[in-house]
Amino acid sequence: MTSPPDLDLLNITKRFGSHRAVDDVTFSVAPGEFFSILGPSGCGKTTLMRMIAGFEDPTSGDIRIRDKSMIGVPANRRPVNMVFQSLALFPMMSVGENIAYGLTCRGVARAEAEKRANRMLERVGLKGFGDRRVTALSGGQRQRVAIARCLVLEPTLVLLDEPLGALDLKLREHMKIELKQLQATFNTTFAYITHDQSEALVMSDRIAVMNQGRFEQVGSPRELYHNPATPFVASFVGETNRWQGEIASTAGGTVALRLPSGATIMGEGAASQKSALAFVRPEAIALSQDQAALGTLPNRFEGRVAAVLFDGANSSLLVETPGFDEPVRAVLPQAGPLAGIAVGAPIHLGWASQATKVFAA
Amino acid sequence: MRSAQRLTLFLLMAPAVLWLGLLIVLPHVEILILSFSERVAPRVYAFGAGNYLEFFTEPLYWRTFARTAIMSILVTAITLVLAFPIALYIARVARGPTKAMLLLLCLLPFWVSELVRTLGWMMLLRETGVISYLLRMTGLADQPVEMLYNDGAVILGLVYGGLLFMIVPLANALESLEPAVVEAGFDLGGSRWTVLRRIVIPHAMPGIVAGSIIVFMLTVGNFATPVLLGGKNGLWFTEQIYAQFITRFNWPQGAAFGMLLLLLSSTIVWVGLRLTGQSLGTTLRQA
Amino acid sequence: MLTKRAGLKLATAFAALMVAGTAHAAEKLRLLTWADYAPKDIIEQFTKETGIEVEVTLSNNEEMISKLRATQGAGFDLVQPSQDRIAGPQQEFGIYKPLDLSKIKTDQFIGSMLEATKKNTTVDGKVYGVPHIWGTDGLVVNTKAAPNVADYTDLCSDAVAGKASFRAKRPTLIAFAFANGMDPFAAYNDPKAYTEMMEKVGAKLADCKKNVKFFWDGKDQLLNAIRSGEVVAAMAWDTGGWKLNSENPEIKFVAPKSGALGWVDTYAIPAKGRNDDAAYKWINFNMRPEIAAKVAAAAGNFTASNGADKLMQGKLKDQFAESFPKAAIDNIKWYPAVPAGIEEIEGKILDRLKAGS
Repeated sequence: MTSPPDLDLLNITKRFGSHRAVDDVTFSVAPGEFFSILGPSGCGKTTLMRMIAGFEDPTSGDIRIRDKSMIGVPANRRPVNMVFQSLALFPMMSVGENIAYGLTCRGVARAEAEKRANRMLERVGLKGFGDRRVTALSGGQRQRVAIARCLVLEPTLVLLDEPLGALDLKLREHMKIELKQLQATFNTTFAYITHDQSEALVMSDRIAVMNQGRFEQVGSPRELYHNPATPFVASFVGETNRWQGEIASTAGGTVALRLPSGATIMGEGAASQKSALAFVRPEAIALSQDQAALGTLPNRFEGRVAAVLFDGANSSLLVETPGFDEPVRAVLPQAGPLAGIAVGAPIHLGWASQATKVFAA
Repeated sequence: MRSAQRLTLFLLMAPAVLWLGLLIVLPHVEILILSFSERVAPRVYAFGAGNYLEFFTEPLYWRTFARTAIMSILVTAITLVLAFPIALYIARVARGPTKAMLLLLCLLPFWVSELVRTLGWMMLLRETGVISYLLRMTGLADQPVEMLYNDGAVILGLVYGGLLFMIVPLANALESLEPAVVEAGFDLGGSRWTVLRRIVIPHAMPGIVAGSIIVFMLTVGNFATPVLLGGKNGLWFTEQIYAQFITRFNWPQGAAFGMLLLLLSSTIVWVGLRLTGQSLGTTLRQA
Repeated sequence: MLTKRAGLKLATAFAALMVAGTAHAAEKLRLLTWADYAPKDIIEQFTKETGIEVEVTLSNNEEMISKLRATQGAGFDLVQPSQDRIAGPQQEFGIYKPLDLSKIKTDQFIGSMLEATKKNTTVDGKVYGVPHIWGTDGLVVNTKAAPNVADYTDLCSDAVAGKASFRAKRPTLIAFAFANGMDPFAAYNDPKAYTEMMEKVGAKLADCKKNVKFFWDGKDQLLNAIRSGEVVAAMAWDTGGWKLNSENPEIKFVAPKSGALGWVDTYAIPAKGRNDDAAYKWINFNMRPEIAAKVAAAAGNFTASNGADKLMQGKLKDQFAESFPKAAIDNIKWYPAVPAGIEEIEGKILDRLKAGS
C-alpha cells in the first residue's frame, strides 16, 4: 500500500464502568475501501463507530485518520461523517437545506452551498427535490438524502450505522446494491456497521466480525465464509450445520469426530483438545436418491426428509438422519431431479472432509 | 342506534358546552355590552363609545396600557431565556428520579398561592429584608438597601411566576427531539451555536411559542405581583380595571378597559404566531 | 384582598348568594363589616341571647359598595359603610333600604352624633344609616426620627424623604386640600370648582410622590413598616397610631394642624337584606354601653353609644387626650355626605398620581 490508510485504530479500548464495551481493537481501512463491522447487537460495534465519529472518547488507544490522531478532536472537526440508523434528517429543513447544512457550517456562502447541494441531489438521482420537506420523501429517498448530506462534504470517511435497518426487505435488497454503487461512484471510504451478515457480505470489500468487544476475524467476505477463523465466525456468517463431539482420531490433516448421538464425521481443522465443534454449510452437502452417486465422499449418511423449506433458489431440506440428534440441513437444488421431493422420502447425503470445519470447543 | 349515539354525544358534550357558554362566552358578551354604556345621570345609562374614547383621550390610560404590554413582552422574553437552559437540562440531560425531582422543584412554588409567593419576595427584597441584611452583614453595603417598589422587582416577581409555564412546554418540545438529530448536527460540522440555532430552537419552536403565549397572558393579566412588588410605581393595566370596578364604581369604564386588554393580548399573540410562522393548533398541542 | 379581581368578586358574590339561598337552617345574620368591629365573644353572646348566628365578612368602604352593587343590594343583611358613603351610592345604585327608626333604641346613641349621621345619610327624606364607631385620620409619626412632622404637608419635607407614606385614596386628597388652605367640603356641590381644586392637590401630591415609600393599602402593611423604621411618618388612622404608641412611646398619633379628618362608620341595611329583624337586634345589642365599650376597645376606636365612654379603659383615654387637645377636637373635619360624581373626579386624580413617576 502506497498511500496511508484512511482510518487506523490502534489498541482501542472503551470501558463503561467495569464493562469493556470495546476491548483492544486494532484495524485499518484503506482509501476507497468498503469496510464492514459485523456483529450481534451489544457486541460493541456501535460504541466503536461512535468513537470514530467523535461522540465517545476511547478509554485507551488511538484513532488516526490519514495519519492524524483524532483523540481530543470534537465530532464537528473530524473529516468523518455519519449516516445514522434513524437517518436523523433535519425535519425542520427542506431536502436542499439538509444537504447544504454541512457546507454552510463550513462557511460556504449560501448561494454556492445551494448550487453544490443541487448538484449532489442530481448525482444521487433526486434532481428537483431540493424544496421538498424531508417528511414527504419515501424511505429510499430519505436514505439517499442522508448519504448525500455526508458525501457533499467530501469526507475522508463515511460511517454508516445500520442505515438499512428500518427499510422493508425489497427496498433493503435494492439499497444494498445502490449503496455499493454510490460508494464506487464517489470512491469514498465507507465504514459500515451491521448485524445483518447478508448486508455485509454483499457490499463489503472487507469485513470485521465483532463479538463481545473484540474482533474475531477480519477478511474478505469469501474468506470469512469459507475459512472462518473461529466457531463464532463460522456460525454467525452464513447458514451452517453445527455439531459438538469428541475427537476420535487424527490422521494427517483429517480428524474423525464422534458425536454423542452416534455418528462419526470426518473433517479438517485444529484438534488440540478432545472436545470439538464441527460446522458444515448446507450447500456443501450433496443429496442423492442413489448412494452410488455420492461416490467416495468420506461422510456419507442415509436419512429421511423431515421437512422441505421451499424458498426459491435458497430452498433446503431438513433430513432426519440416524446418528444425529437434530435434522441435517442441506441445500435443495431446484434444477435437479430432487426438486419435487416430498416429506418422508428416503435420501442419501454426503460431503467432503474439507467441507467440515473443526474447532476446539 | 344512530340517534342513541347522538344523544350520548350530546350528553357528553353538554358540560363542556355549558361551561364554555355560561362561564366564558356569556360574561364576555355582557362585559362587551356593558362597555358601551355611558352614565347620563344616576341610574340612567345610554349607549355610546365614550368609554373607549376616554381611553384614547386620557394619556394616563393608554400609557399604562402600553407600559403593561411592553413590560409583559420583556418579562416573556426574560422568562424564555432563563427557562430554555433549564428545560434543555430537564429534557436532554436529566434522567429518571433527577428529572422528576427537577420538575417537582419547578412546581413547588405553586403549592402556595400567588399572594404568598409575592409576599415571600417582599420579605427578601424589602429594606429591612433578608437580602439587604446579608449585604450589610457582608459589608457590601453600608446602609439598608431598598430593592422593592421598582420595575426590576416587578419583573423579577413576574418572571418567577411564569417560569414553570415556560419550562413545561419547552421541555415537552425538546424531549421529542431525537438525540441522533442533534448528533448529526455536530457530525456535519455544526458548532454548538449552529446546532442550537438551526436545529434545537427550530424544533422547539412550537414549545417556545406555546410557553410564551401562556406566560404573556399570565403576565398581562397579573394583578397582585405588580401591585405588591411595584408599590407606588408598579402601575399595571389590571390595576386600572380593578380601580374602575371597585373604587370608582365605574363598571362601564372597567368593562371597556377589560375588552381592550383582551384585544391587546389577542393581537400580540396573533402577531407572535405570525412572526414565528406557527399555527395556533400546533401550539396548543404543545402546551 | 388584593388578589380578588373584579370578575372574581362578582363570582364570589353570586356564589354567596346561591349558597345563602339553599342553606338557612338556623336563623342567620350576614354582616359585612370592618376588621375588629364584630369580635368573637360579642358574637357568641349575641347568639346565646337571640339564637341568631352571625356570619361575618370583612371589607372596606369601596368593596362594600362594589359587592352590594354587583348584587343590587343582596347577599348581606347588615353593612357598615362610613356615613359619607351612603347617600351618593344610594342615589346612584339604590343598594340600601331605609331604616325603620322605630325599631332602633335611639336613646342608646350619643344624641348629637345620631342626628348628624341621620342628616348625612338622608335621601329623599328617608334615613339610611345610624352611627356605630367613629375615629379620625391624622398623622402617625415616629417622633424621634421625624420630630417636625405636624401637618400633612410635612410628609413632603426632605426630612422624611423616602420614609413617608399615605394611601392613594380620597382621604389623602381631602387632607392635602385642607393642609394647603383649601376647603374641599365647601366645593363638594360644585363639580367644576372641585375638579380645579383636586387638580391642584394632585399636583402637590405628585411632587410629594418621591418622598413616599409606598402607598399603603392594608393597615398591617403600614404598621409593620413603621415598626421596622422603614416608614417614619404617615397619614393614617388614630387607632393604628395608638396601637403603635402602646408598643413604642416614641411613635405617636398627631392631630395635624389643619385638622384631623373625622369619620363615622354606620349601620345600614342592604336593599335586598332578608333578615331585617336580626339586623335591628344586632344594632340594639351592639349599642348597649357595655357591649359598645368592648367593641370599641377591640377596634381601638370610639363608639357612638351613649355612656360607653365611662366604661372604656384608661389607656385609650390618655392617648386620646395626648393626641387631641381641646382645640384639636374642635378642629376635626367631619366628612359631609359624598355627592354622586365626586369619586369620578377624585379617581382620575388618584390614577394620575399612581401612574406618574
